[in-house]
Amino acid sequence: MKELLSVQSLCKSFAGLPVVRSVSFNVNESNTLGIVGESGSGKTTLVRSILRAIQPDSGTVRYRNSDGWHDIHSLSDKSLLPLRREIQMIFQDPFASLNPRMTVQEILEEPLVIHRLGNKAARRQRVMEMLQKVHLDSDSAARFPHAFSGGQRQRIGIARALILEPRLVVCDESVSALDVSVQAQILDLLNELQEELGLTYLFVAHDLRVVQEFCDEVLVMYQGQVVEQGSVERVFEQPTHDYTRLLLSAIPSLDPDERLKPLDRQLLDLSTDVVG
Amino acid sequence: MKDSLLSIEDLVVEFKTDVGTVRALDGISFELPRKCITAIVGESGSGKSVTASSIMRLLPGSASSSGAITFRPLDGDPIHISSLEKNDPLLLHLRGGMVSMIFQEPMTALSPVHQVGDQVAEAVLCHRDVTRDEALAEAATMLSRVGIVDAENKMHQYPFEFSGGMRQRVVIAMALICHPQLLLCDEPTTALDVTTQADILVLIKSLQQEFNNSVLFVTHDLGVVAQIADRVIVMYRGQIVESGSVREVLKTPKHVYTRHLLTSVPGMKTGKKPGGFQAWRVDDWKLDAAMGSNTTMSGPFDGHQVREFKQ
Repeated sequence: MKELLSVQSLCKSFAGLPVVRSVSFNVNESNTLGIVGESGSGKTTLVRSILRAIQPDSGTVRYRNSDGWHDIHSLSDKSLLPLRREIQMIFQDPFASLNPRMTVQEILEEPLVIHRLGNKAARRQRVMEMLQKVHLDSDSAARFPHAFSGGQRQRIGIARALILEPRLVVCDESVSALDVSVQAQILDLLNELQEELGLTYLFVAHDLRVVQEFCDEVLVMYQGQVVEQGSVERVFEQPTHDYTRLLLSAIPSLDPDERLKPLDRQLLDLSTDVVG
Repeated sequence: MKDSLLSIEDLVVEFKTDVGTVRALDGISFELPRKCITAIVGESGSGKSVTASSIMRLLPGSASSSGAITFRPLDGDPIHISSLEKNDPLLLHLRGGMVSMIFQEPMTALSPVHQVGDQVAEAVLCHRDVTRDEALAEAATMLSRVGIVDAENKMHQYPFEFSGGMRQRVVIAMALICHPQLLLCDEPTTALDVTTQADILVLIKSLQQEFNNSVLFVTHDLGVVAQIADRVIVMYRGQIVESGSVREVLKTPKHVYTRHLLTSVPGMKTGKKPGGFQAWRVDDWKLDAAMGSNTTMSGPFDGHQVREFKQ
């Protein structure tokens, strides 16, 4: 399997406070890498740096396509534009990430317009194809976001991300705001699309159960650092870091006879519930 | 069950919307026993939050309801919540005094411009005849009880200075300071991290055992139900499809929808979890993921969908 993305010693601080501390990892093509950690662990800053939505303090993000490797942060804006097509994002909040004043047709064709792809008829055709791919009715195109449920809106967000035929899709807590049953459908859809289109996912989540079900590899972050990384099977079955064990012990079991015990943070000296 | 803390009989709630009348609760009845945690579980639009809001009489003006909600405090006469006038002093005494509520988003439940200690003490000042200093002292005790370190100083801080988990602890302190006999929790851990969620669940459980009150816990996550509740009510589209003890319902679910919810819990597919639940993930459940995509509740419905899914 070929590497698609390579992140080396990435660092970022805000106002002197280190948020991402020397993070390195590689992602293989058609693979799913989960990034887990609590709020404040730096996972969102990390993926935003990969998308160049944030300029990191140091470190490199390299992305490979048919032309070879590209250093995302040293490209000019103009040469970055074609790569933007290949790296797309699905957001957390399906209510905030869609413009309420645009119809679904307008929302979905906007990326095509920005990248000057196709004429009006071709774009319309492409929007219909995408709606079908995410299992929405074709009459959805004329409607506004408010007419859809949370799960349906997330499908629209997925269609918008995939309409440019990206290779790498960054999902930042994309199923966290959804009910469990809707969440299961969206995960099924993402799996289906990955098989069909050979997508690579960077999947940010705080719910370990979702990562266990959905990802191949996992990166556990704590206070801006990667404390553990490896295959999902290995990390979930034989965690080596105390913090991973703490995270795993916090998963609510479905067995009522297996009740949660108070988490022992003192033992690990990991007081996470502090201000700042 | 005359000994139950709360009984709901044939509760119907309808909302008037642009597209017609939507029936959010379709004649539900249940009893809430004393001194135990009952969970209501279901997906968005199933009516679980509307049930909790009905008990507090917090439904918006566009709602019309019928049916009876009766609250039986340990000391005193039964209160017929559903027939109280909006400005009845008894209703004000009930809210925050005998029944209180914790919401999903702690930041919106707290005032951003008041100190945390004042917000917790406000409930005491409203419901009991005490001085401000006494109320503040009680607030400090309660804040340290819910796990806020250095409560005396933290009292003078504002909610924005607290993390999400700490804010939810403040909200719990506000809700419990008058020792209500019934605590309503509307998805109190949904917005929290998994570790913070575990802390808050353990806290709610231990406070319930300490204060011996009843808790009605609304959630969409069966994992949370298994962890916190003694009894569970499963709702779908405004109806109760199944109820019973947590052990009974989660280990031997009778209704197809309950099993559907169980398999939706992530991590179940891989079958790596101990407990033998994975055996339920069979294909012939008739109820696939497609069912859930149709729960926007737009337009009137008469509950026939629920009957369709009964085996």
